[in-house]
Amino acid sequence: MTFTAPEIDYLALLPLIIVIVGGLVGCTLEGVLHRTRRYGVQLPVAVGTLLAALVALATVSTDRTGTTAAGAVAIDGPALLVQGLVLVLAIVGLLVMSERLGGSQPDAFTQAGMSVPGSADEAEATRLGATTTEVYPLTLFSVAGMLLFPAANDLLVMFIALEVLSLPLYVLCGLARRRRLLSQEASLKYFLLGAFSSAFFLFGVTLLYGYAGSMRLDAIAEAVSTRAGMDGLLVPGVLLLAVGLLFKVSAVPFHAWTPDVYQGAPTPVTGFMAACTKVAAFGAALRVFYVAVEGARLEWQPVVAAVAVLTMVVGAVMAVTQTDVKRILAYSSIAHAGFILVGVLAMDAAGISSTVFYLAAYGFMTIPAFALISLVRSGGTEATHVSQWAGLAQRSPWVAAGFSFLLLAFAGIPLTSGFTGKFAVFSAAVATGGWWLVVVGVLASAVTAYIYVRLIVAMYFGDQPGDTVVVTPSALTTFAVVTGVVVTLGLGVLPAPMLELAQSATQFVR
Amino acid sequence: MTDFPWLTTLLLVPVVGAAVVALLPRGFARAREVALGFSLLTLLVAFGTLGSFAGSEGGFQLTETYPWIPQFGVSFALGVDGLGMAMILLGTILVPVCLVAAWEDVPAAGRRQQSYFAWMLLLEAFMVGVFAATDVFLFYVFFEAMLVPVYFLIGQFGGPDRARAAMTFLLYSLAGGLIMLVAVIALYLQGPGGSDGFLLERLTGLQIGGTTEALLFLGFFIAFAIKAPLWPVHTWLPLAASESRPATAVLLVGVLDKVGTFGMLRFCLRLFPEASQWATPVVITLAVISVLYGAVLAVGQTDMLRLIAYTSVSHFGFIILGIFAMTQVSGTGASLYMVNHGFTTAALFLIAGMLIARGGSREIAAYGGWQRVTPVIAGSLLVAGLSGLSLPGLNSFVSEFMVIVGSFQRYPVAAVIAALGVILAAVYILLWYKKVATGPLPEAHPAGAATARDMSMREKVVVAPLIAAFLALGFYPRPVIDLLEPAIQSTLQEVGVSEPVPAAEGSDR
Repeated sequence: MTFTAPEIDYLALLPLIIVIVGGLVGCTLEGVLHRTRRYGVQLPVAVGTLLAALVALATVSTDRTGTTAAGAVAIDGPALLVQGLVLVLAIVGLLVMSERLGGSQPDAFTQAGMSVPGSADEAEATRLGATTTEVYPLTLFSVAGMLLFPAANDLLVMFIALEVLSLPLYVLCGLARRRRLLSQEASLKYFLLGAFSSAFFLFGVTLLYGYAGSMRLDAIAEAVSTRAGMDGLLVPGVLLLAVGLLFKVSAVPFHAWTPDVYQGAPTPVTGFMAACTKVAAFGAALRVFYVAVEGARLEWQPVVAAVAVLTMVVGAVMAVTQTDVKRILAYSSIAHAGFILVGVLAMDAAGISSTVFYLAAYGFMTIPAFALISLVRSGGTEATHVSQWAGLAQRSPWVAAGFSFLLLAFAGIPLTSGFTGKFAVFSAAVATGGWWLVVVGVLASAVTAYIYVRLIVAMYFGDQPGDTVVVTPSALTTFAVVTGVVVTLGLGVLPAPMLELAQSATQFVR
Repeated sequence: MTDFPWLTTLLLVPVVGAAVVALLPRGFARAREVALGFSLLTLLVAFGTLGSFAGSEGGFQLTETYPWIPQFGVSFALGVDGLGMAMILLGTILVPVCLVAAWEDVPAAGRRQQSYFAWMLLLEAFMVGVFAATDVFLFYVFFEAMLVPVYFLIGQFGGPDRARAAMTFLLYSLAGGLIMLVAVIALYLQGPGGSDGFLLERLTGLQIGGTTEALLFLGFFIAFAIKAPLWPVHTWLPLAASESRPATAVLLVGVLDKVGTFGMLRFCLRLFPEASQWATPVVITLAVISVLYGAVLAVGQTDMLRLIAYTSVSHFGFIILGIFAMTQVSGTGASLYMVNHGFTTAALFLIAGMLIARGGSREIAAYGGWQRVTPVIAGSLLVAGLSGLSLPGLNSFVSEFMVIVGSFQRYPVAAVIAALGVILAAVYILLWYKKVATGPLPEAHPAGAATARDMSMREKVVVAPLIAAFLALGFYPRPVIDLLEPAIQSTLQEVGVSEPVPAAEGSDR
């Protein structure tokens, strides 16, 4: 038996290759450039890499759809759309991460990630002017994983993509400059639970391999449609696989890490992670559910529907009890994951397009929301307690107005992308008989609205003057926030082009 | 001029006005004048719209339809029937009145004043949109979007308990709206679908039937009942109305809450005729309870603004009774009542506001003998109050009479019980007037009471058009009835109920 090397369509994978090369270049630059020059080079390299990947995606990859690498990777409409979304959101997220606030280094990150908080090592690193530019290659590697994740047509490739996207994120979460213990705790928690969920994922892969004799999604699909019996391998396999995916999108009951990690991680990383990871993970979930195990949906759909209900309810109810802005958004991201799952469960073309639309809407409101949170400071650190936001509108009307608008979008008020997205997933679900999911969904929306409104109340109707200040951001953050707000408004008022794009890309290759 | 997009213009003028007022440079001292100018321009356009509107025809006129989100089946479709036209006129007349009344609410020029007036103008735009939308999705968008300006108007500029009032208002309305959202989606799926499947004309006359229709009806009705507000989902109104500035309360109670009753006529009855008839006994019961409950609670109020809010609960009960009695007379009466109630409530809120501005308290007990302190204000209050208790010759009488007579044809018991509300109305209005305007000044009267100035020129400008409207609608309601009648007729045709034959007709006795 001889080994034949598989044909690989490098052009179809060009965006992925560009991003990986960009990450490697970033690593090299860390080694060769003098400290003082790293930021000035790393930022354009990273943004340029992502832009180049986006251009390559739009011009080259779109003409080369199909499976490649012996069927291990599928480049098709949904994959391309999700990849494009990841790239655009990553650019916006990267700009926010690069905010220096007048310093010489990105402001949110520690200069001595390895050191013990408060130790002499840390002071030494700060004194020597250590850089924080390692975040750029880390982010690029994570993005590479996110690009591969939704395109993986083979469970092993999907697992590799999952790890590639996760490992840099674990590191990034632990790099906060202030409240470092909280950040390191977040990182460790994320890592341990992430490793745990990866194990579940792998176990599921094993069972499915035992069932189908292959790890390729199309082979599994074929086995599902032709093979009778052996449900004892199939159903647990699917559900264990789902655990790994649902962990990444922070669905209940696999959500326990989310509030702690969102709170502890450097705020710009939280925004990047919340937006991009969710997009990539839902992209992968769509492929698994729609391509591989669609035939066995009667077996797993009720379970995932129960998860969706739990996610919406727990996310909404727990959000109400929070007093920290970052934790509020964390629980709200859990509730949003539930809403998106409602769209995924529609199991038709509308399900795919509405999921992707919601992801776009959610991504573009989340990154600017966290960017704005990182600007509100008290005593040098971020002021994330709700009471510290009281009366913010009087001092910083623009920040308050922007954040309120994003909150209204989170709440799903019409003329914002949040409403269009909710309408899309809910109508997809009602059309396929999931009206009871939708009823739960709207009730959960009403509950989450309470907490968003309470934040607006604090900002606008509260009077307590505190020592909270809003730092003036550079053009980078301003651009990212304005982009997010404009897209949020645009997808609310004129969503037709984006919807058309999403609807034109609902065909998975098998 | 028939092709002129009147309704879009009517929608855009206040939007542009809001943007201009919000973005005026910080030092600009005449933001209020600019806002008033835009509202008057809107009123002018509204009269132009009325000019192009052929009153005698039923059905929608001045229609404009553009594809908006074809993927969802949504069109940007506007059009008015007589009812929509009347409501838009009511709104566009009341907004400039309210702007003048709110002139001194935020006296210092600056961002805060600008945002106050900008929110009002934005609200006016949404108001036009909600009454002119002929696409169910578009209606829903305006219905929900409207909450945002009201929320900020109450929460930022209201009384001491404003944050809670704003929050209660928003959550109540949002909850109703979200239930309606499910019904909106499901309704589309019952219809023919396609890229314009949300158009009202595509969704009328669907023979849905059975449980589905009943559920859809409930989805819409609950949202409208909260908005209207109907007992027992009225609890947000007294709080919201008493914590708002009087001008905001006018727009909220006088115009926006009409969206509830308007929606019942436009959507519940037309789209779900079978379910509407199925639900009628319950709705009529709730309406009668509202009439009495609102009136009884109004008698017991010690806070003037809360009192007015409860009178509105009572009056909305009458309107809903008239709508669901489903006779030509009661329906026309109910829709005329919607117009009248707008003017009456406006006058009551604004004159009460003038008293509060002088007396410094919303408590009725803090006043007394004010007909000697400020005779013109007290006199206007009496006129507005008499309109509220439906004195013949003033506007509300005609409509209340029509509702009771029309409802009696089909539901005599309900009509008779509701008529008790008329008596209670006399009690709460006259008691209020007596306590505030007659008798001696209270021992612990507010310091400014003795020296309070009577109605200023600006306030006269506010009150004059309202009292003129009382008299015009009281003595010569014909033009408005002519405007409303075809709309009600076509609605009732859609429902498919026949006029009850009066018992005496054809007998020789």
